[in-house]
Amino acid sequence: MLRYNTLIVLLGVGLLGAAAGPIGALAVLRRRALVGDALAHATLPGLCLAFLIIGERSMPALLLGALASGLLGVTVLALLSRYTRIKEDAAIAIVLSVFFGAGLVLSRWIQNHTTTGSKAGLDSYILGKTAGLLLDDVLLLAGLAVLVLVVLLALYKEFQLLIFDRDFARVQGWPVARLDLLLLGLIAVLVVIGLPAVGVILVASLLILPAVAARMWTDRLHRLLVLSGLIGALTGVVGAALSASLPRAPAGAVIVLVAMAFFVVSAVARRLLWG
Amino acid sequence: MVPPVLEVDDLNTTYQRRVVLDAIDLSVDGPALVAIVGPNGAGKSTFLKSILGLVPCTGSVRVLGQPIDSVRRRIGYVPQRESVDWDFPVSVGDVALMGTYGRLGWFRRPGAAERRVAQECLSRVGLDGLEDRQIGRLSGGQQQRTFLARALAQQADVYFMDEPMAGVDASTQAVIFDLLDELRDAGKTVFVVHHDLRTVASRFDRVVMLNRRLIAAGPMAEVFTTENLQQTYDSQFVTLDEAIACSATTR
Ligand SMILES: Nc1ncnc2c1ncn2[C@@H]1O[C@H](COP(=O)(O)OP(=O)(O)O)[C@@H](O)[C@H]1O
Ligand SMILES: [Mg+2]
Repeated sequence: MLRYNTLIVLLGVGLLGAAAGPIGALAVLRRRALVGDALAHATLPGLCLAFLIIGERSMPALLLGALASGLLGVTVLALLSRYTRIKEDAAIAIVLSVFFGAGLVLSRWIQNHTTTGSKAGLDSYILGKTAGLLLDDVLLLAGLAVLVLVVLLALYKEFQLLIFDRDFARVQGWPVARLDLLLLGLIAVLVVIGLPAVGVILVASLLILPAVAARMWTDRLHRLLVLSGLIGALTGVVGAALSASLPRAPAGAVIVLVAMAFFVVSAVARRLLWG
Repeated sequence: MVPPVLEVDDLNTTYQRRVVLDAIDLSVDGPALVAIVGPNGAGKSTFLKSILGLVPCTGSVRVLGQPIDSVRRRIGYVPQRESVDWDFPVSVGDVALMGTYGRLGWFRRPGAAERRVAQECLSRVGLDGLEDRQIGRLSGGQQQRTFLARALAQQADVYFMDEPMAGVDASTQAVIFDLLDELRDAGKTVFVVHHDLRTVASRFDRVVMLNRRLIAAGPMAEVFTTENLQQTYDSQFVTLDEAIACSATTR
């Protein structure tokens, strides 16, 4: 018999996955998968700083801090590729490791120098933890996931055109740079709201794996988005349920392994069905 | 008085401090089929992109007498085929439908009317029955026709096409030439970057000869001369026939 609280967590993480799927699909098609990973790692210092400033565990504050430093990371990334001779892959590696390193130092410092630090469970943001999610927090995450889905639905045709043929979109007069930034913003929001459940290190794969699994089944964008949403939702629910019965394993790892399973099944099935 | 379809004044385009287009001045009246010719790397694609505001450039460009941003709804574009990812999860019908997005504007989804337009445009380029096929599973000629159908769905007055006949078979080429004639007869002006010099004189009304700077532009009979061809192609050829024969083998 599931407790009411567990049920809410399952639903919340399921909704998170439902939003991560289609946003991840767009991110992959836009070739932003690695940027998403760098963004995720770059959230850690902001998360820690937010904790230091607020002095207690408040999820909205932590997520805002995470969003700010994640976006700062992407900005540094853009500046590095634009104004230096560093190529994008190297710039991604630099941003990812330097921001994450700074975050690790900060989080260790917090745990050693504050009394609330260890209770704050900053570690759970690194590897993810679904069991301890509070009801209010789950509602916040689910609400943001729904918001992202609504924006995606409203701008489906615009994003499709932007990603498929940017020049053609510009000829038609669409503000492609701003649309691209909005898409990056949606990716960032999803990465950040995925942090409590999946953690900094693995959250990017929550975006990527359902999308590539869904790609095995369809050649049409609208079906791809629906299917990656379904696979993402299933991943979230199954992953959170499994991790409730495996309390010692980090939730992020469990969720990612579930996503991986969906991908493997899809890839094998495609091979068998269509050769 | 009707303004020229295209008016370009002192257009300069630079990529990373390398000048690609140098002080281009040009005025073209329509309706007409205009071929843009020049060797590889001459800046033909860059010229179209500069006109359309896709790359930073200096100078002034007017299309139908107005700045490009005021007439975008009246412009159709066929980019070079290599410019998109053909693995992208869209069908032939989806791509044709994209031509209607400019008219639809923000948030609105294409409806029955837009689907009808897209379908008609696919028929005009001979792609009936292929609307559900993923675009990667098309031949090169069918991919070019898909792009053409999308441009037709823009229902434009001025079209810019970048090598629509590169890598297509003879039957697709015939379909495209017939389509170009139809467009001109309907009062439209079409700028076509074209590499096959054999068909330039017979199928186009005007020619723009480009090699980083403008070599010559005007009515075919006046401008398409051996001397201009030699200048455009850096004197690789001695006679017009030789240049034309060579253009047939280099692609
Ligand atoms: N995005 C770009 N960045 C830098 N150089 C470019 C870019 N696009 C084209 N070029 C260079 O500009 C020149 C003109 O290119 P292009 O307009 O594509 O020529 P064409 O279409 O006539 O073959 C070429 O030398 C090409 O290498
Ligand atoms: Mg070109």
